[in-house]
Amino acid sequence: MEFLQLTYNGLVLGSILALGAIGVTMIFGVLRFAHFAHGDLMTVGAYVALTFVHWLAWPIWLAALPAIAVTSILAVVLDQLFYRRLRRVAPVILLISSFATALMLRALVQIIWGPDNQVYATGISIPYRIAGLVITPDSLKVLGATALMVVVVHLFLAHTKMGKSMRAMSDNVDLARISGVPVKRVIFWTWVFAGALTAVAGILLGVDTRLIPTMGWNILLPIFAAAILGGVGRPYGAVLGGLIIGLAMNYSVLFMPSAYKLAVAFIIMIAVLILRPQGLLKGISL
Amino acid sequence: MSDNNQPVLDIRAVSGGYGDINILEDVDLKVHAGEVVVIVGPNGAGKSTLMKAAFGLVQVNAGEVLLSGEKITNISPDRLVHKGMSYVPQERNVFPTMSVQENLELGAYIRKDDARAQMDRIFDLFPKLKERRKQAAGLMSGGERQMVAMGRALMIEPTLLMLDEPTAGLAPAYVHQVFDWIRAINDQGVSILMVEQNAKQALRIANRGYVLATGRNRHEDTGERLLADPEIADMFLGGR
Repeated sequence: MEFLQLTYNGLVLGSILALGAIGVTMIFGVLRFAHFAHGDLMTVGAYVALTFVHWLAWPIWLAALPAIAVTSILAVVLDQLFYRRLRRVAPVILLISSFATALMLRALVQIIWGPDNQVYATGISIPYRIAGLVITPDSLKVLGATALMVVVVHLFLAHTKMGKSMRAMSDNVDLARISGVPVKRVIFWTWVFAGALTAVAGILLGVDTRLIPTMGWNILLPIFAAAILGGVGRPYGAVLGGLIIGLAMNYSVLFMPSAYKLAVAFIIMIAVLILRPQGLLKGISL
Repeated sequence: MSDNNQPVLDIRAVSGGYGDINILEDVDLKVHAGEVVVIVGPNGAGKSTLMKAAFGLVQVNAGEVLLSGEKITNISPDRLVHKGMSYVPQERNVFPTMSVQENLELGAYIRKDDARAQMDRIFDLFPKLKERRKQAAGLMSGGERQMVAMGRALMIEPTLLMLDEPTAGLAPAYVHQVFDWIRAINDQGVSILMVEQNAKQALRIANRGYVLATGRNRHEDTGERLLADPEIADMFLGGR
């Protein structure tokens, strides 16, 4: 029974990781760049939604819309302001600049919204009990929203010209360029799309737990683990990786104190990098 | 300047390479409408570099490149595609995780019109691609990948198709086929410039050939005469 509950909790956490990892993996695929500010971009999305929930008393799904817009625009602005200028220099500099961006975003969140814990909705929501399984309404929202987003991602990548262009750039940038794919425009839309997913991931993390300025940063490591496990540059792999890491982190409490959950993600990431660096779905070699 | 005799591609006294270091020195090359032109020569002669210079992948430091009379020196590849030039690199010339059909669609990216008729023509040329159109290109054999690569490049209905060593790494049975395909593509009116290691076979299907050595023009003649020239056979075509 405990195992079943852990499986359920693992899928909920895994959903959030999956959405974060799709964004990370798409940015890596198109730009060949590990975006360290991704977690803090999630935080921004979560807090923008909080503002609309608290000030205008909007329901969370409605508040998600302005949060998605703001986060997408912010992602594009960050790219234009910082990353675009550094693309031609060594990748490690780009990586460090995204680390600095992460610190800036976190500081910004603390200045605007304060350092304390906050929640979208106060009060007690009664969990459902099904066959001994405790299912909170919030966790159902997380699963439902993730399923919806994964379908959206699939339709976008498999059936739109822009989605196919992103996959093409992920596969082979040089060939995409000589086929006439407008590389700059694809980069722009990659940030828009990844930004939107990031906002949703951040909001779901806030729904599942609570909002603190370090929430995104704290979950960045398992998100990277998920992206690497799934195969870098492979959005479907990121979903798979997210779910596996989420499950593994929850199952780990059967064997060790829950404080070590994060270490589990880290161990999986190291193991994958050593044993199968291309990930489950053969990704870009790191 | 005249018009009907204007070459599709005209490389005039081009020097160029990576940065300021010239690999090519004062090279001339022409491709006339409807021709198959082959660049041969020893390793490191700058054959691929010359083709890349024409396609904006290598910097031209002196001289000029004209496409049907229009100056295209140092214009980037993504703009040259719009002018009807297509290029198939030697390696990494497909999108491996995308299906055959998606590879072809990507080739047609710049087309505003319906490209399905052209895709059907490519399927006629390569029936195997039609059979396997849902398969990921990365899972196909070398020869099949070469079909995908050529098919992608043909989707814009180019006036000039450039092929960088299309038979490299292929099984001998396929080498023969690749030359047949090139003839078939040429028969549809596409001018072709190619670099080829299998120099003798390539010269057999070529209208003209250029022999390049250490980044300079060494010989230029019809394919037949280059094949018949004992000196060239000795020095550049592996003797005998």
